[in-house]
Amino acid sequence: QGKFTLLRDTRTDGSFLVHHFLSFYLRAGCKVCFVALLQSFSHYNIVAQKLGVSLTAAKERGQLVFLEGLKSCLDLLFGEEEKQSGQPSPLQFISESASDLKALFDFVRTSLTPASSDSWKGPVLLVDDLSVLLSLGATPVAVLDFIHYCRVTVCYQLKGNIVVLVHSNEDSEDEENELIVNSLCHHSDLILWVEGLATGFCKDVHGQIKIIRRVSLELTAEQDLVQIYQYKIQDKNVTFFARGLSAAVL
Amino acid sequence: LVFTEEDKYGLYSNLLFKYFLAEGVVCGHDLFVASAKEHPDNILKELPAPLLDDTYRNEQGEEAPAVKSEDFQDSMKIAWRYQNLPKVEASPTTSTKFGHYYDVSKTMSPELFQSIKWHSFYLPEELSLQPKMKTHNMNSAYSRLLQSIQRIIYQEGFDGSDPQKKLKNILRIGIQSLGSMLWGDDICSSDTPEYIHSLTKFLYVLRGLLRKSLSACIITVPAHLIQNKAIMERVTNLSDMVVGLESFIGSERETNPLYKDYHGLVHVQQIPRLNSLICDVSDTKDLAFRLKRKLFTIERLHLPPDLSDTVSRTSKQDLAESAKLLSSGCGAMAIGKKHLDF
Repeated sequence: QGKFTLLRDTRTDGSFLVHHFLSFYLRAGCKVCFVALLQSFSHYNIVAQKLGVSLTAAKERGQLVFLEGLKSCLDLLFGEEEKQSGQPSPLQFISESASDLKALFDFVRTSLTPASSDSWKGPVLLVDDLSVLLSLGATPVAVLDFIHYCRVTVCYQLKGNIVVLVHSNEDSEDEENELIVNSLCHHSDLILWVEGLATGFCKDVHGQIKIIRRVSLELTAEQDLVQIYQYKIQDKNVTFFARGLSAAVL
Repeated sequence: LVFTEEDKYGLYSNLLFKYFLAEGVVCGHDLFVASAKEHPDNILKELPAPLLDDTYRNEQGEEAPAVKSEDFQDSMKIAWRYQNLPKVEASPTTSTKFGHYYDVSKTMSPELFQSIKWHSFYLPEELSLQPKMKTHNMNSAYSRLLQSIQRIIYQEGFDGSDPQKKLKNILRIGIQSLGSMLWGDDICSSDTPEYIHSLTKFLYVLRGLLRKSLSACIITVPAHLIQNKAIMERVTNLSDMVVGLESFIGSERETNPLYKDYHGLVHVQQIPRLNSLICDVSDTKDLAFRLKRKLFTIERLHLPPDLSDTVSRTSKQDLAESAKLLSSGCGAMAIGKKHLDF
């Protein structure tokens, strides 16, 4: 409860973790607000079906609030004037000159604040992925403010969890992105860092995942626990194994 | 969304661009061509002619409805089309054969154009037509291009919004040299550009448009000119597929004996991961291309035999490999090919 999990990927694509968390929380009966900025709804739906969860059904019964970034951006830019009279679009920072993500935060807050008829277990905010906000014109400070407000509301007030995906590269020249990633790393309770293998591309081992439990945040003078596994992604599943022990080697 | 990083002199990326459009003509798709430097009419006149012989012609009649039946889904993306290796020339089945051969030395005859509808966007003309436009904090040329694409998609019914239009076809969009100064963007000329977010915003909105409609898009960008590498990283994030072309012209690699058979390298930096957890990764990532008199080929890079006294190196012979089709319902995307002829 009240945990902030950071999904970080370097040189590879960590979106399989997003799919995992989505189906995990939906199956656990939590109310999920999914801010999906990079892909369309049908993409997540198809993968979720392979993992055994139906997103359309979850949406219909109110368990899932899905913000499809691509679609709302189009509605914002090409929509007719009448639509603007309703609620402001969560992504209105794209066309406004003020670069703050307040509208997005309001959207998250209203979707996760429990109504009296809700019987879901804790709220969860899932974001895929945060680096896109920078591409759309938000400043790093605005993005960090947004995350901060979300943490206060979701983690502390509503006792829910947050899972956020960011991309990073070791020798990246994108300083704004690195700033955000470093800052989030310091504030996360759990970091799942997915990396491509340092030795290059391999067909049987798709990458390695580093699990960092930030025990040091709990002020008990302990070090962070770090575990490293390698993984291979299959069509419906991801298999994890200890380093050097992939099925191809054994 | 296929993102192509141009080679230094733009020769080969232009060729790929034309192949994409030519494939569209031959398959009967609609085309939308946008350019700031060449008039789209000229681009279309220079498309390579397809090689059609009798067996292909018979197959084409059967194939066209087969292709269309796969397309009956929304938000479909066709990133690439590869030609199957013609080792089994005798009887190619429809499921493993897609794409066509093209003859680079000849241009496409105008009759082929008549069956398709094509739309063009030539920036100097567009600027003179409508001086005023909402820009949404984006470069005005990009804004216009987006408006134009969105209008075509809506009017021609590619996004399924109009139930009256029953004919479901695909729109192939080609945008040439995006990000160059001709589009009014200054990311190629300065380190701290004024409109640093224009290109990325444009790509995001374009991605939204492509996801919402039956269309596929190829963009070529002079990546070597973009000073700010952060933009390239963001752009890679926003595209489905990123291919970089590095030609050997004028570089030291031209005379390197390792590369003597080839004209350049193909760097596949990202492949699409759509509608599934995994993507179809090929066995090798070293691909090179060469332009023969008639054909443009992409092959696995194999080194010539090393005839010196030092360590012997075996050259990797590439032979026919069966096509790996992605089960994404998108139609054809065989990435695991070794010998790719266009």
